Amino acid sequence: MNEIIRASGIGKKFGATQALKDISFEVINGEVFGFIGPDGGGKTTLFRIIATLLLPDEGELNVLGSDCRTGFRDLRKNIGYMPGRFSLYQDLTVEENLNFYATVFGTTVSENYELIADIYSHIEPFSKRLAGKLSGGMKQKLALSCALIHKPPLLILDEPTTGVDAVSRSEFWEMLRKLRQHNITILVSTPYMDEAMKCDRVALIQDGKILSVDKPQNIRNGFKSRLFRFMAADKYRLMLALRKYSETITAYPFGDSVHVTFRNDSYDDSLINIFRSEGIENVIIEETKAGIEDRFLELMEA
Amino acid sequence: MNRFLGFVRKEFLHIFRDYRTLIILFGLPAAQIMLFGYVVSTDIKNAGVAFLDLSKDEITVKISDKICSSGFFKRTGDLIDYNDIDRVMKMGNTKAVIVFENDFGRNLMSEGKAEISIIADGSEPNTATLVTNYLTAIITDFNREFSGSSASLSLSVQSEVRMFYNPGLKGHYMFVPGVITLIMILICALMTSVTITREKEFGTMEVLMVSPLKPVQIILGKVMPYFFLSFIDVIIILLLSWLVFDLPVKGSLVLLLSESMLYIMMSLSLGILISTVSGTMQQAIFISLVGMMLPTVLLSGFIFPIENMPVAYRWISSVLPPGYFLVILKNIMIKGTGFFYVWKETLILVLFTVAFIGLSVRNFKIRLQ
Repeated sequence: MNEIIRASGIGKKFGATQALKDISFEVINGEVFGFIGPDGGGKTTLFRIIATLLLPDEGELNVLGSDCRTGFRDLRKNIGYMPGRFSLYQDLTVEENLNFYATVFGTTVSENYELIADIYSHIEPFSKRLAGKLSGGMKQKLALSCALIHKPPLLILDEPTTGVDAVSRSEFWEMLRKLRQHNITILVSTPYMDEAMKCDRVALIQDGKILSVDKPQNIRNGFKSRLFRFMAADKYRLMLALRKYSETITAYPFGDSVHVTFRNDSYDDSLINIFRSEGIENVIIEETKAGIEDRFLELMEA
Repeated sequence: MNRFLGFVRKEFLHIFRDYRTLIILFGLPAAQIMLFGYVVSTDIKNAGVAFLDLSKDEITVKISDKICSSGFFKRTGDLIDYNDIDRVMKMGNTKAVIVFENDFGRNLMSEGKAEISIIADGSEPNTATLVTNYLTAIITDFNREFSGSSASLSLSVQSEVRMFYNPGLKGHYMFVPGVITLIMILICALMTSVTITREKEFGTMEVLMVSPLKPVQIILGKVMPYFFLSFIDVIIILLLSWLVFDLPVKGSLVLLLSESMLYIMMSLSLGILISTVSGTMQQAIFISLVGMMLPTVLLSGFIFPIENMPVAYRWISSVLPPGYFLVILKNIMIKGTGFFYVWKETLILVLFTVAFIGLSVRNFKIRLQ
């Protein structure tokens, strides 16, 4: 298995702000590698460094066998980059956008059509429409087609699913999985924890530091405590009540419920008493399996 | 090469798809020519003058007839005494009153010297200046005719250089070169800087940078369509001024067009330079308009003569390229001089171009930030 990206000790500062600190990871040929973390965590900065748009202040980075400082010209021919704001020309039609990127990267649409057919067929009926008039999901598909048109061995997608509806999001991940059969390595970032499970391996990133790199399943399994799910009509008051309980380690809101861990992995009647005195009724309690987000929060606390 | 052509094609698509760009490109030059030609006219035509003739002799009648038959002035009244001056001025039709002194004709014949006062309506300073200039010109002319017959009028006459080349004192002899100078700066500097910063703002520059396109290809691709369209603009302006205002190009047309190309190149490289120092379209527009348009209008000699400016302003205007182009244009179009008379200005424009390109290349980043 050869490594497509090898990064060690990458650091980047903007003025006094430390955007990235000691980032090290490897990406293996053909995998879908995800960077998961909240906004402002350094994902975009890291992707720009990998895409040769920024230089790291420290550390070593080798992408597709080229050094990021000296080999950027070769590298630029071999990566497909899709920035966070879909970089499309709003005043050009779907077709014109695609043709433009094809010529700029020295290819034609027909040459690599087979590669993008799956994705582009969704928007082909609108090929005469201006890109600015497309919906978020369609823009995303067009931007992906444009990034893929020269058949790059490495695809870098910066938050491709942000601002896109849920149906388009899951369609999009389906497309990425299909791309693997063309032997394209995909680097993708997202703030949505639930999307981590769709990656082969993920890196959790927070405040410019990598918390963990592993298969998503292993990251979930890294969560060792028993996890309980509490539900009541007033989630916020429920959470405050849980935090009053002396045995509680963590209590985080999670969707319509609160995820809680306890010392000794269990709770006793005094918790119920707290609920009663706070006037919280009909509390539903069940044990649940930890997700990526639970592990992420746990790692953040550590 | 294919890459580059694809890029140029895309730029043309941007331009032709945006009606605002098209209006600025083709509507604006035409509108400015018409505007300066008809509305902001610096010519006078049938301006009202009244006469206070205290002498009423053969010579004063001759002079007043000459004034009224010039086509520039029409007689709005004959006054009886000085008190009438204020009254007719207030009515507004009269821009100036011409006063002949007592015994004007006799004084002229016997002492060789007689006095005319021109009292102009100073509430409109520009018109007043024009009217007095025109009037003194007519009187000087009379003076010349009259001096053949022994006597001479002693009048304080201010002659203006431009009359020499512009005998009809036609304003558009002045403004056509000015409009070309202005429009080229506007289109080239403003539009190229905006189109480059637009790519930065929409995030498309990120992908262009990551693409195999070289920076020089991106810049040339951006600039080529505007070079081409600006050149068409120069031709449109020249055609319009020829067809509508009968303004001929006295000098060599080839020289004029080559100098225009040089000026377009200079403006384009300035536009690129502006785009390398501004991150947003707003910044680019601000720098182009406030930094280039206003000084071009005010300090290049287009409206206000550079010679009359305070020293500090003259220094500023000497580092503004448009002024040099204006001199070149006026020389070729109006005076009809050849390259020999404008080589200095041409050289200065070349130096500006080289400097702007050099600075742009130094400033252009192959990475973000």
